[in-house]
Parts: sequence; structure tokens; C-alpha cells
Amino acid sequence: MEIATIVFLSSGAFLGWSLGANHLGNVFGTAVGTRMISFMTAAVLCSIFVVLGSVISGAGPAETVVGVGAINALAGAFMVAFSAAVAVYWMTKLGMPVSTTETIIGAIVGWNLFTGSFIDADSVIKIMVTWVVCPFLSAGISIVLYITTRFVLRVCHPHMLRLDAYTRIALILAGSFGAYSLGANNIANVMGVFVPVNPFADSVVGGLFAFSGVQKLFLIGGLAIAVGVMTYSHRVVHTVGRSLFSLTPVTAWVVVMSHSLVLFLFASEGLEQWLAGHGLPTIPLVPVSSSQAVVGAVLGIGIVKDWRAIRWGMAVRIASAWVTSPIIAGIISFVGLFIVQNVFNQNVYSPTAYSISQAVTERLTEDGVEATPLLPLIGTRFASTASFVDAIDGANDYTRRQTKTILDLAKIDNIVVDATKLDRLSQGLLTPQERAAVVKLDGRRYAHDWLFARDLAAASPEWLSLPETTVNKLANRALDAKRRALYNLFRTPPAS
Amino acid sequence: MKKLAIFHKTKELESQIDDFCDKVDEGALAFKIGIHAYITEDHDAFDDKLKLVNRIESDGDALRREIERRLYAQTLIPESRGDVLGLLENMDQILNKCEGPMWKFAIEKPEIPVVFRKDFENLVDSTVQGVDALVSASRAFFRDIGTVSDYMHKVMFFEKEADKVGTRLKIAIFSSDLDLARKQQLTSFVEIIDDIVDSAEDVADRLAIYTIKRSI
Repeated sequence: MEIATIVFLSSGAFLGWSLGANHLGNVFGTAVGTRMISFMTAAVLCSIFVVLGSVISGAGPAETVVGVGAINALAGAFMVAFSAAVAVYWMTKLGMPVSTTETIIGAIVGWNLFTGSFIDADSVIKIMVTWVVCPFLSAGISIVLYITTRFVLRVCHPHMLRLDAYTRIALILAGSFGAYSLGANNIANVMGVFVPVNPFADSVVGGLFAFSGVQKLFLIGGLAIAVGVMTYSHRVVHTVGRSLFSLTPVTAWVVVMSHSLVLFLFASEGLEQWLAGHGLPTIPLVPVSSSQAVVGAVLGIGIVKDWRAIRWGMAVRIASAWVTSPIIAGIISFVGLFIVQNVFNQNVYSPTAYSISQAVTERLTEDGVEATPLLPLIGTRFASTASFVDAIDGANDYTRRQTKTILDLAKIDNIVVDATKLDRLSQGLLTPQERAAVVKLDGRRYAHDWLFARDLAAASPEWLSLPETTVNKLANRALDAKRRALYNLFRTPPAS
Repeated sequence: MKKLAIFHKTKELESQIDDFCDKVDEGALAFKIGIHAYITEDHDAFDDKLKLVNRIESDGDALRREIERRLYAQTLIPESRGDVLGLLENMDQILNKCEGPMWKFAIEKPEIPVVFRKDFENLVDSTVQGVDALVSASRAFFRDIGTVSDYMHKVMFFEKEADKVGTRLKIAIFSSDLDLARKQQLTSFVEIIDDIVDSAEDVADRLAIYTIKRSI
């Protein structure tokens, strides 16, 4: 690995550290605040489960984050992660539990604005809806859980000592579960921007376990989070555990459990597959903010118990930190990218070129997008996203989703299939049939990645995506990952 | 198995706390029977109860120290540990205060005129019922926090009753023909007995706060 790559990834590690310092409070803050678990026990447990969650279950929501900006140059990804890290660090210093999701999206929007890239409004809106839903859902779950727990305790009335012993074990379990979910869900925030420029290759450990490049990337992120947890998390722990509302050990458990349930519902692919498999409606997988979940849960209990006892001033301060952190990250990102590009002379984005060809218009028609207004653009090469979007907007009044489809299909690539390069891929990545299909296309050149994908599908049905249902999602994603691996393998600099 | 061991230890401590509450209850009952024996001039029975209260008080002390040691050593109930220790120590004080008047009777051997005997018995009765209600409230604090308030008002009630009887008794003593030294001696007995239920009320007030802190 090049030194430059290590330097660039260090900002992801910095972001991981900030996230860890900020988020221990979310999973163990109430347990530490009620003194049921010592800070050190909480930090060690959280570190272990964050790393496990990052590596084992982190892959799901990463895709959603990647979709927001698709940062395609390492220096750009560096600056985005760095600016989000600075903003989260700043808030951690103030003891404010902030949403890393909001912060990194703020930084990505800064990158989008600086580079004139297309902002995927769907992803941003989807995440913004979750910002509103997450605290409310968490408050709702905590209210139900609190009332149920209170009822059960009134019926069973266990001895105080036994109740505390049970509560302590429950807090440890719920906190560990929360830390696992935190890793699974938020590793996308830490390392998601590096996925498109991932320097790690897939490998198989001991001939048994597949250890993908993304997992390696996420392991580094997970370890960075763990270091943040161990070294700088006490301030936010204090805010969540003591400053917002005085909790008892049992309500501390209700908070951690509600928060963990929200993260689990929004981040668990296992749950999604199970629901889809039983014909039930699924919950969209999006990166949710554990900070909003935990604050929502505390406020939920406060509202039921005694809303006057909630320190509303603190709640307002926390909410304002949620608003300011992405704005700060966006500004730092924008200014930082300017400096990195102009002072350090680094490439912060790979300019993407576009052209409309006959094949593109045919495919657009197949996809149900009106292609006739684009016909006059055939043969024109657009050197930047901004100029191409202007041209599309000038040609017809397309929706943002249609514009995104046109951008994806018209993006110029230069893929030259070279079967001899296939050995560079990790063993077992491709099935023999998939490999044979690639070999059949040896020597062909493609101007668009989707054309290559279409030829692959024609060469072998194994390269054909399954119908887009939730049950098929994982299989299709695995196929997409294989296609991306091939694009990266065969992509050559365009002949100028 | 280790997890079971944790619950086993907790169970042991639970029964020790129960035993401690029993001691306070028994101490108050022994005090009541002892004073009754003194008033009815059954000196052997009084001596027996004095020894019993003395032993209960020592046992209570040892038990309280052991409970406190285990609460700290096993880092149990961290959030409520201070409150629980305060409660146990204050209840132990009540046990000490039951022993005090017994010794005072044994040493000073006051002669209680027949006319005051019934009120002395009433005073002791209200005091012991107040302590009994406090012990019930404390047990509820550990086992069923929702019912603590059911016992609290009883503590307050018996404290007021004891105050009324005590005041009536003091007025009667000072209105009598006894010489001043005896009047003062007898009122000092009224005060030292009344002080027990006053302390019970103070503990109940603190317990009310501990209960609010523990209420989920």
C-alpha cells in the first residue's frame, strides 16, 4: 500500500476515533451514568462489539452512504472524512452527542457543491426522513418498553438487590448488542466514503474465511472507533447518562434497549430478509443516528415519568448541535477541498465525462425514460457532470431520478476485457461459469460499464441479476460487487 | 454456574437484610415487653428483656456491618448504596435507642406512680407501633417499592399519637404533688421513649426521598 493511501485513510481513522468518543455515551452512557457499570468495563465491552459489528454486519448500510456522493478520488474522500471528523470531535469536546450520519452527509454535500457533482436527492431525503422518524420511533419504543417494564415489576416486585443484579446483566447485554449495532450501522459513516476507492483486495483467511476488502477497510474503522471509545468518550457519557434526565438503573436499561432496537430495526439485513421471506413489509435499511435514538429514548421516558424533570435546555442544546454539526462539516469540507486542490495540488475528484450514444438512448427507452429529446446530444462529449446536467435539463424537463438514470447510463468508461488479468482476483470470487463468460468476452472494449454487464449476462445466465425483490437483494448485491471488481480490474485510462 | 453463584450471593444478602429488619422489630417488641414488666414490677422479666434487647442490639450491629461490607465488596446497588447504608444505620440507631431507656430504667429504678402507668404503657405502645410501621416500610423499600407509602403514613400517625400521649403525661406529672426532682426524672423517661418514635419519623422522611429516587 502506498504511503499516500495510508495518509488518506488516516482521516477515516480520525473520523472513527471521533465517532467512538462520541457514541460510547449512546450505548453505555446511561449504564455508566447510573453507576451500574464502570466506565472501563463499558469501554472494553463497547470496543469489542463495535469491531465485531463493523466487520461482520457492516456491509449493509454502507451502500446507502456510498450512494449519496460516490466520491471517486482518494484526496476528496480524505477531506470529506476529515471535515466530518473535525465537526464530530468539536461536538464531542462540548459533550454533545451528535449524529455522525448528518455530519458526514454535510461533508459530502460540501464535496458535491465543490466538485459540481450530482447530489442524489433520493438518498439525502431518505436519510432526512429517518432523522425525524428515528427519535420519534425511539421515544415511542422507550415509552412502550418503560410502561411494560413498570407493570412487570409491579406484578413481580423482585428484591432491590436481585433487580439490580438482573438490571446490570441486562444493561451489559443490551449495551453490547447496542455496540454491535453501532458498529454495523455506523461503520458506513466512517469508512463508507472510502468504499469506492478501497485500496484493499479481497482475500481468504486460512483457506476458510473470505475476508473482503471492504471488511478490511471496516476493521480499520472499527479499531479506530474502539480507540475513540477508550480514550475520549467520558464527556458525552456524562451528558447522556446524567445531564438530560435523571435515570434509575431500570430506566437506563429501557433507554439502551430502545436505542438498540431502533438501530437493529433500521440496520439488520437478517431481519429484513426474515420479514421479506415471510411476506411481511420490510423496514428500509438506512444509517440511523444512535445519538438521536438515545436522546429520543431518554425523552420518551422523561415524558411519561415527569416531563417537567427533563432538562429541556440541554435537549435544545443537543438538537442545535445536530443542526450545526453537518453545516460545520460542509463548510470545512468545501474550504478544505479548495485548499487540498489548490495548495497541495491533489486531485479531489475524477472528472466524469458523458456522452449520449445510440446504445444509451435505446437502453433509456427500455428503462421507460423518454429518449427523443436527447437525440440532438448524440455525439457530443461532456467533460463534467455540471455541463451534462445543464444539457439534459435544457433538452427536457426530467425528474431527478430520471436525470440520475441518464447520468449512470451515459457515463463514459473505458473497459478493456483482458482474461489474463483474471488471476489477480481473489480465488473463489467468480464461479467457473462466471469466469468462462468473462473469457468469452476477451479483447472487447466497452465505453459504458452497463454494456459490459449486458454482454456478461448474455454470455452466461449466472451474470443475470434476479428480479429486484428484498429476498433477492443480497444475491444481487453480491453480483454487483463482482461486476464492480471486474470494472476496476479491466478499467484503463481513456485514450485521449 | 458462576452466574448462579452471583444470584446465590445476592439471595444471601437479601436474607441478611431481612434478618436485620427482624432484629429491629424484635428489639422494639422486647423493649415494649420489658417496660411493661418494669411497670408491673416483674423485675425478673425486665432483666430478661434487658439482656435480650442488649443481645439483639449487638447482633444488629454485627449484621449491619456485614451487610455494609458485602454491599461495598460486591459493588452492589451502586446507585442506591448510599441510601441503603443510611437507612440501615438509622434503623440501627433506633435499635440503640430502644436499649437506652431499658438501661436508664435499670440504673435509675424510678418509681412510677400508678396514675401514670397506663399512659406510660400507651406511650411505649405507640412508639413500638411506629417502629414496626417503619420496619414494614423498609421491607417494602427493598421488596415492593410501590407499597412503601402505605406504611409511611402509619409511622407519622403513631409519632403524633406518641407526642400527644407524651405531652399529656408530662402535663400530668408536673401537675402532680411529686417533688421537682422526681417530676424531672419521670419526664426524662417520657422524653427518651418519645425520642425513639421521633427518630423513626426522621428515618421515614428520608425513606420517602429514597423511594422517589428508586421509583422507575
